[in-house]
Amino acid sequence: MSLAEQIVTDQPAEGWVTADGRQIGPVMMEMRNITLRFGGVEAIKDISFDIRQGEIRAIIGPNGAGKSSMLNVISGFYNPQEGEVWFHGQRRPRMRPYEVARQGVARTFQNIALFEGMTVLDNVMTGRLNHMKAGVFRQALWFGRAEREEIENREKVERIIDFLEIQSIRKTPVARLPYGLKKRVELARALAAEPKLLLLDEPMAGMNVEEKEDMSRFILDVNDEFGTTIALIEHDMGVVMDLSDRVVVMDYGRKIGDGTPDEVRSNQDVIDAYLGVAHD
Amino acid sequence: MLYREAGDFKTSYREDGQSFPIRFDRIAVQVTLAVALLVVPFVINDYWANAVALPFLIYAIAAIGLNILVGFCGQVSLGTGGFMAVGAYATYKLMTAFPEVSIIIHVLLAGGITAGVGVLFGLPSLRIKGFYLAVATLAAQFFLVWLFNRVPWFYNHSASGQISAPERTVLGQAVTGPNAEAWVTYLFCLLFLIFAAVVARNLTRGTMGRSWMGIRDMDIAAEIIGVNPLAAKLSAFAVSSFFIGIAGALFFAVYLGAVEVGEAFGINKSFLVLFMIIIGGLGRIAGSLMGAAFLVLLPVLLKNVLVGGLGWPTDLAAHLEFMIVGGLIVTFLVAEPHGLAQLWRVGKEKLRLWPFPH
Repeated sequence: MSLAEQIVTDQPAEGWVTADGRQIGPVMMEMRNITLRFGGVEAIKDISFDIRQGEIRAIIGPNGAGKSSMLNVISGFYNPQEGEVWFHGQRRPRMRPYEVARQGVARTFQNIALFEGMTVLDNVMTGRLNHMKAGVFRQALWFGRAEREEIENREKVERIIDFLEIQSIRKTPVARLPYGLKKRVELARALAAEPKLLLLDEPMAGMNVEEKEDMSRFILDVNDEFGTTIALIEHDMGVVMDLSDRVVVMDYGRKIGDGTPDEVRSNQDVIDAYLGVAHD
Repeated sequence: MLYREAGDFKTSYREDGQSFPIRFDRIAVQVTLAVALLVVPFVINDYWANAVALPFLIYAIAAIGLNILVGFCGQVSLGTGGFMAVGAYATYKLMTAFPEVSIIIHVLLAGGITAGVGVLFGLPSLRIKGFYLAVATLAAQFFLVWLFNRVPWFYNHSASGQISAPERTVLGQAVTGPNAEAWVTYLFCLLFLIFAAVVARNLTRGTMGRSWMGIRDMDIAAEIIGVNPLAAKLSAFAVSSFFIGIAGALFFAVYLGAVEVGEAFGINKSFLVLFMIIIGGLGRIAGSLMGAAFLVLLPVLLKNVLVGGLGWPTDLAAHLEFMIVGGLIVTFLVAEPHGLAQLWRVGKEKLRLWPFPH
């Protein structure tokens, strides 16, 4: 039994309490023997890991390790050739991304994917889409449920806008915003969906230290206040080790480590992958 | 100095979400509507109705429809003429088959039928985008015109191959046929335009509009956040074609009275309406109105100035008219690529601070 598997099987099924007093629950999402191929290239090779309720789970690895592909599998963008995705104890059938979203999975993108032509408010309101059910005719005439829903959801969105401190730009078209704020708006849009599982693809990429601190604070607050489970990809090791409860390490499409930040840090395979190995 | 939002505080989300948040705008719109509904019908004559009012109102409806598809949902279409023809022929068939039913119902039903046809021709949009989709919708344009030309059932086997609108009345006033009076046709079309503008505005500011704009701006992200691309694109095709069908129905029944499909609903129409929304402003309801006004009113204005005012020969004026309109289009697009509506918005933003910009 390899070190990676050992750590996974050692954990208590019902969860545990972390050192800073947060409750980690039972397994929420489980990837079982996922293999993803693009033609002859195997981007992900037989990877299994789980994400537990309420935790912050990081996926790290060198460039081209298959981290983003993994996130795309979770969000339904790619369907793996082999393996199963289990969500809340049920096997997930092949799904389109919008169906995955309806199950309560939201994400942000490595390269910002906001709706540039819309205001910040409209962008975040788009995140509420699955919570709004008014029919076409009510919407067309703007009465009854359509108007009521718009106002109710606006209130929820305003809470998120407050939370992420972007009140002053709510009516600004997104195209005019600087990079760091765009990242924050993207987080707001994902949060507006009230996801059970939030996927963040390099939330700190291209940020300066101050912006990274802000973003880390928001991620911790989201996890703490809304109880949202978070899975994130990040290259900044300092951030990863500080934020996350457990870390999956990937290299060339394989899982080479899985465990708490401390366990991963001392794992020889991980050190080799990051620093390189001397070939003699 | 009158144009101010200072002191105009919004204390509820309902107030903040209204269509015209600035009080001055609201009053301006109300006054315009009042004049259009209560004053113009009493002064309008045949010339003004046929040369200016009717084409403007009808093209504005078509432009609103196309703007929903191109401007809000980002799916380029060159099938507008064909879809207008569907609206026209649907009304014609309905009018002749059920003469006792009100024409208002016929026009709305024609819109519904066009919506169905639009969805059908919108199916390729699920696979192809941009210019390629435009070419695919071109197929709709040519196929529909060919269909209405070749299948005698559509024009009730008339010898000329034309369709002509029989007289129909609303509240005792003829709206179609030779006896229709200018003010009646004007009001009839105006009410449909108001209906189209209000519905389009409501749809685009709500959930549906946001899913359309999401697809337009970043379809992958929209799908990840929960927009069903199939539903969003096809609903945009449906709503867009609904309005274009209504425009086609009015164009045939109220404005022209008799049409030959290749002439009235050719590819020229598709381009004309597309130019209207590009010049007016993509993704703006007001842009549709401004674009339609620009392309309908400007030639009339130029003709009046050149022929009526300066006394030039008609043929020379007609040629110059093309050149001037073309020149103005280029000028406006260079000045503001996002159209007249954006120009208007920038103007208003400056006006908000005037006369003390700092």
